[in-house]
Amino acid sequence: MAPPADARLQLETVRLTALYGRRAAVKDVSLMFPRHTVTALIGPSGCGKTTFLRCLNRMHELSEGGWITGRVLLDGEDIYDPSVDAIRLRRRIGMVFQRPTPFPTMSIYDNVAAGLRVNGGRPRAEVDAAVEGALRRAALWDEVKDRLRHSALALSGGQQQRLCVARALAPEPDVLLLDEPTASLDPAGTQRIEELCHELKTRYTICIVTHNLQQAARVSDYTAFFYLGDLIEIGRTEELFTKPTQEHTEAYITGRFG
Amino acid sequence: MSARRLRRRLVSGTMTALVAVLSLVAVLALMLILGHLVAKGASSLDWSFFVKNPVPAGQSGGGVANAIVGTLIIVGSAALIGLPIGIGTGLYLAEYGSGRLGWIVRFVADVLNGTPSIVVGIFAWTWLVKPMGHFSALAGSVALAVLMVPMLARTTEEMVRLVPHSLREAALALGYPRWRTSLRVIARTALAGIVTGCLVGIARVAGETAPLLFTALGNLNFSTSVLQPMQTLSLQIYVYATGPFDEWQRLAWAAALVLMGLVLLLSLTARWAIRQRHGAAR
Repeated sequence: MAPPADARLQLETVRLTALYGRRAAVKDVSLMFPRHTVTALIGPSGCGKTTFLRCLNRMHELSEGGWITGRVLLDGEDIYDPSVDAIRLRRRIGMVFQRPTPFPTMSIYDNVAAGLRVNGGRPRAEVDAAVEGALRRAALWDEVKDRLRHSALALSGGQQQRLCVARALAPEPDVLLLDEPTASLDPAGTQRIEELCHELKTRYTICIVTHNLQQAARVSDYTAFFYLGDLIEIGRTEELFTKPTQEHTEAYITGRFG
Repeated sequence: MSARRLRRRLVSGTMTALVAVLSLVAVLALMLILGHLVAKGASSLDWSFFVKNPVPAGQSGGGVANAIVGTLIIVGSAALIGLPIGIGTGLYLAEYGSGRLGWIVRFVADVLNGTPSIVVGIFAWTWLVKPMGHFSALAGSVALAVLMVPMLARTTEEMVRLVPHSLREAALALGYPRWRTSLRVIARTALAGIVTGCLVGIARVAGETAPLLFTALGNLNFSTSVLQPMQTLSLQIYVYATGPFDEWQRLAWAAALVLMGLVLLLSLTARWAIRQRHGAAR
């Protein structure tokens, strides 16, 4: 019997360990994501933060040899329960990757509509409205509204990444996972995405992996520091950056390693 | 200039000239064939060549309408049989072919790719012509399809593998089932490449003669029944070119020119498809 879900808690991992074959990339991590907040995952390369993120929408299990122990609760419900359909689950949790991944054969419109149509036929007007809504929320509508039928590849890198955000938002997910979304963008594109995080957290619970500590400080409410697969510290962002409790965290954010 | 640098430049110049001459020889062979075909065959190309059937030996006139239609039917049916199997196999190999079965299928495809076409013809004769009791266009199509499948499978696999892994992940993260990811995103992205592979495959079997000798057999009359023997351009060329009449040899040249033209047309279409793909990737 699951305890009643805390209305303020959207997502929670309980003693989550993620493995590739017999090698654990994430070890025994328990972490809570309050509703409509931004949580940043930081840490040096290879610390397991991307693997952790990929456990939250069950993408990790698609990797070669990927499996987990522990639990991941979305609104109190274990997403790894055998009764949960991973494909349906992924429609409730949007994801944006390091590099923009627009579908090259589809138009801008079709890219955004892709996640809606996979659910089966919907009235045209409904799809139109959802596409426009998603593009507006991704702050891309004004730039593309006159060329929705053009190839998505004609957009700049920053626009493509916002298109991917729009594509992730169109199916109305509860959670948005961002895996270093600005890693391949210029400063202007980075700024747009960061502004988006602020706007989007009024509707979505966001988890962002980033290498950029300033970015974590700018966009997040909570920051989690990972090192060698362990969760070293989690706290309110301003506290973690100003008075970290762990020596490792302090060393990392002051640039002494990693 | 130091002696060493001089030597380098000499070697470089000699090698460049050498490969230039070699490529010229390669192109020259093609040009000679084409030129010879046009010179010998073009004069016989008239309206009746395309619309009339062959006339009995000794008479002049007549055309190869039956062979042109036959080529289209036999190669078309071969494509109809071979394309779905070949493309499907290629998709399987690229998407699910990492295991033992994939390895076996890949190995068999490679062996089949290197099998002489006449051997495939013999098998088609054993399996189809003999049980049916008579030669048929269908048996010819099956033989050509068997030649086509391994080619298509390997090309499709290569093209699908070229699609970046990140696209697959993006589709799966959107809640696409795996089969839908394969068809709607991966196969569609690789489509131009797959189409090109198909056209090249079709062009290659369109000129095949050996596997048709004891399957489709050939037919002096106009026939569109796939259960009956049927004429093709390659068979017509074989018969006419080895025949004793000047008139036949004249027609053989013309038929060769038409066959070459058909294959060239397919290749050009393939080129065009490739350009479209690169255009889309920009």
